[in-house]
Amino acid sequence: MKENESKTPGPPPFELALEDHGPRVHSWLVTRVGPDRADDVFQETMLSALKAWNRVEVGSVRAWLFAIARNRAVDDDRRFGRRPAPEGEIDSWPSAEVTERFEDPVWDRVRELPDKQRTAVTLRFRGDLTHREIGAVMETSEAAARRNVFEGLKRLRERIDDE
Amino acid sequence: MNELEERLTAEETFAGDAGWEVLRSGLLERADREELIDLAYERHETPFGRLLVVAGDGGIVRIALDAEREEEVLDVLASRISPRIGLVGRDSLAAARHQLDRYFEGELTEFDLTLDWRLSRGFRRQVLHETAAIPYGSTASYAQMAARAGSPRAVRAAGSALATNPLPIVVPCHRVLRSDGRVGAYLGGTSMKEALLAMERDRSPV
Repeated sequence: MKENESKTPGPPPFELALEDHGPRVHSWLVTRVGPDRADDVFQETMLSALKAWNRVEVGSVRAWLFAIARNRAVDDDRRFGRRPAPEGEIDSWPSAEVTERFEDPVWDRVRELPDKQRTAVTLRFRGDLTHREIGAVMETSEAAARRNVFEGLKRLRERIDDE
Repeated sequence: MNELEERLTAEETFAGDAGWEVLRSGLLERADREELIDLAYERHETPFGRLLVVAGDGGIVRIALDAEREEEVLDVLASRISPRIGLVGRDSLAAARHQLDRYFEGELTEFDLTLDWRLSRGFRRQVLHETAAIPYGSTASYAQMAARAGSPRAVRAAGSALATNPLPIVVPCHRVLRSDGRVGAYLGGTSMKEALLAMERDRSPV
């Protein structure tokens, strides 16, 4: 099969990308929409991705999948009437179901983070994304992504130390 | 990684690998029903190791022997046919699986599968078409294959067509030998080629 082997890096085989990145996307969605909705939103994410698969660039597959996941999560919020919390109130995610499912009480503190920090922290540690990728997903610069992760962790550490 | 970061990473979201597999296969089946998968493939365990069998809408398009790396096989298919490749069952794959099993058991002498030849072109495809016509239990030489494909002098080209056969076993390139009687190369290894020939010799009526 060496004949005519293309050197141009086109989209990778879907199955390989799914096996490489799928578990992380799902793991992030569990914190974002809750364990009961995560499977459905994950399916919607991957089906959306497949529809545009022929256009994806090889170097950015992972960030692209997370960006789609984030959009599908927003759709899911709308469908289920979840809205971002007003300033100063605890937001709807990670859902109470997540903090019940996860044993570590740190997830109760994650809930209390401002949205940007919480998104950046969960993309970093549940999604295993680089700061650059987090910036791509959140449509910010790499530096802003790094700052959001840093500030989020700092705030979490302060809360934990207070306890 | 410090303690806080470890705590954020630690929680498992699946009950082991089984949880992921249920999610993955459910997704792929739905994607295939919605016609978002262009190439479906299965991994199939045989006495000669793990084969990959790949099907498109036009039939079986690729069989890869154990000696080939799955990732490389899929990468080539992605660039030459479509990257929308998924590990998911289809009727055409099930038919191929059953026939391969019976072939390796010595029970099947002729495959009845729809083949998609699009990975071979021109003279190479001609050589492979002729190869598909070599009956079970018999052999031919590379020179004979070149002649049957219409270019008696293109023995080397015939050899390379057979060495890059995208449909081994089903298109029996193992039945093509060197003119001096030696077995010649095989992507799955010379010993696999010898074993297939021996099996066919034992099975076929004299």
